[in-house]
Amino acid sequence: MIETTYREAVREAIRDAIKRDTRVFLMGEDVGRYGGCYAVSKGLLTEFGPERIRDTPLSESGFTGAGIGAAMGGMRPIVELMTVNFSLLALDQILNNAATIRHMSGGQFGVPLVIRMATGAGRQLAAQHSHSLEGWYAHIPGIKVLAPATLEDARGMLWTALQDPDPVLIFENVMLYNMMGKLAADAGPVDIDKAAVRRPGRDISLITYGGSLWKTLEAATALAADKIEAEVIDLRSLRPLDDATIMASVAKTRRAVIVDEGWRSSSLAAEIATRIVEQAFWALDAPIGRVCTEEVPIPYPAHLEYAAIPQVPKIAAAAKTALGRA
Amino acid sequence: MTAPADKLHLSREHLLDLLKQMIRIRRFEDKCAELYTQEKIRGFLHLYDGEEAVAVGVIPVLEKRDRIVATYREHGQALVRGVPMTKIMAEMYGKQEGCSRGRGGSMHLFDQATNFHGGNAIVGGGLPLAVGLALADRMQGGDLVIACFLGEGAVAEGEFHESLNLAALWGLPVLFVCENNLYAMGTALALSESETDIQRKAACYRIVSEAVDGMDVVAVEAAARRAVQAVRESRKPYFLECRTYRFRAHSMFDAQLYRDKAEVETWRQKDPIVRFQEWLEASHLIHAQDVLRIEAEIASEIAGAVAFAEAGTWEPVEQLTRFTYAESALPADR
Repeated sequence: MIETTYREAVREAIRDAIKRDTRVFLMGEDVGRYGGCYAVSKGLLTEFGPERIRDTPLSESGFTGAGIGAAMGGMRPIVELMTVNFSLLALDQILNNAATIRHMSGGQFGVPLVIRMATGAGRQLAAQHSHSLEGWYAHIPGIKVLAPATLEDARGMLWTALQDPDPVLIFENVMLYNMMGKLAADAGPVDIDKAAVRRPGRDISLITYGGSLWKTLEAATALAADKIEAEVIDLRSLRPLDDATIMASVAKTRRAVIVDEGWRSSSLAAEIATRIVEQAFWALDAPIGRVCTEEVPIPYPAHLEYAAIPQVPKIAAAAKTALGRA
Repeated sequence: MTAPADKLHLSREHLLDLLKQMIRIRRFEDKCAELYTQEKIRGFLHLYDGEEAVAVGVIPVLEKRDRIVATYREHGQALVRGVPMTKIMAEMYGKQEGCSRGRGGSMHLFDQATNFHGGNAIVGGGLPLAVGLALADRMQGGDLVIACFLGEGAVAEGEFHESLNLAALWGLPVLFVCENNLYAMGTALALSESETDIQRKAACYRIVSEAVDGMDVVAVEAAARRAVQAVRESRKPYFLECRTYRFRAHSMFDAQLYRDKAEVETWRQKDPIVRFQEWLEASHLIHAQDVLRIEAEIASEIAGAVAFAEAGTWEPVEQLTRFTYAESALPADR
């Protein structure tokens, strides 16, 4: 085991992919000389040169579309959109091209592209730099959406995503980049289609992903002090969703709370709750709970930002409500 | 008719082929319009009527290995590129024998065999794809030319400017072919651009650019030879603006309230087919029988395409969600 960070795990994943496959290259804003907005790609330009660590102008639509074209042309690009907030400038390319070309062409042309981006609030960056729109992207058929929350997934999901013949979006929560932990020295590719039970429990299922995983695990620890054994599920893949793991957990615990940093209305949490109702209604002993972001653009002041997004006390309280112990 | 890029081949055979390709597009689309009124073809149908000299002048100059990114007004491009008319017509019908298995329709003709990358119906959205295809070719050490068709309406889109900048900045082999037909749907160029001389915009990005009479197939072909050769050798982008006009409505839903009939009539005097045919006749390069023969061949081909489409089959509804993601194995017929 080696001591590392989420940031270094992502960097190692990129380095490994570029070494393994001559078709792989990274492009995005400030990925080269600056070293990446979040320092993920620091040092890679020196190691691999400007062709494979390609700085782009601030042309999100242009270089995302170029990634799609390059993927169709036989390369395996990793496009880094600095943050999900700027991905909106590339939404036309992601939705109208990457997600549709295989279908529109009757299966003739595929887009084996990986798009990485940072997501989430928590750094007092205010309303235009704090979005969590991964749930939006999970709405779109034709793409896959991943949310690595652990060091293993930060290290292992990229290579598997690059092997996928279809476009894969990877969302890295900004609050995780500094997270430290132990990672096996030989850590490598992981599956990208299964949810993981991060903490087993019998009383309630807490279903979450990404940056909220750690808050949810902390809430589960707090609940244990009150003799509540919560099961924590890390979705890992937001599209497709691993219904089987979710339903197996709910069948066991008979109660569920979904924790999602997206806004509550029309959210990924709404989708998961609906699926539980559709597939496991008779197993439920209580209404499904949701802890989502409040219906407000993310504010700048720390106390308001804190109040806007899911936090440990809210998660624990929602679990107790579902258990009738509020 | 793929002659060396450095000289024009104005042999009688070549000239006849240029004429035939233009008439072939015109007659095919006349048939499409007719089939549209019969509700055999539905959705949007954008006809190329008047602009044929652009596709016919440019596409045969490309090599087979080159790649093409087209717009939603792309029947002509697909036909000239060699996508079988039968498969194009079946696509219009939505039949699974179509070039995109019926999934795309008129606006999304795709064909892997001829490197025809659509059929892109978001204005400007195809340009970044062409940039990426060119980037892939450069990184693989290839010598391709990526031909990217766009209308002048795309010039107002951010993706136009982003793509031209990237192509020039990174030195990518993209031939941008702007079909300037003066109207973005119903909005005249002068009402949407502060600078209406479009090729100047490309020049601002340090891209070699030129404008050509898009109603003159020989002029377009000559310009395309210069352009393709320049891209092939320099591995840098080139911008060719073809000044043309669409005689018919934007789509089948357009009452054309935005332009005078007299203006359309003026442009009809420059009809690329009529003009070229008259020149060929005046120069004694073709005979009346040649045109009759061409028309007969095309009529027969179109009849065959319609019969093929009529005989085509509907994809079973059970297969609705196919092609959303890759399948490990495609059916034997692909």
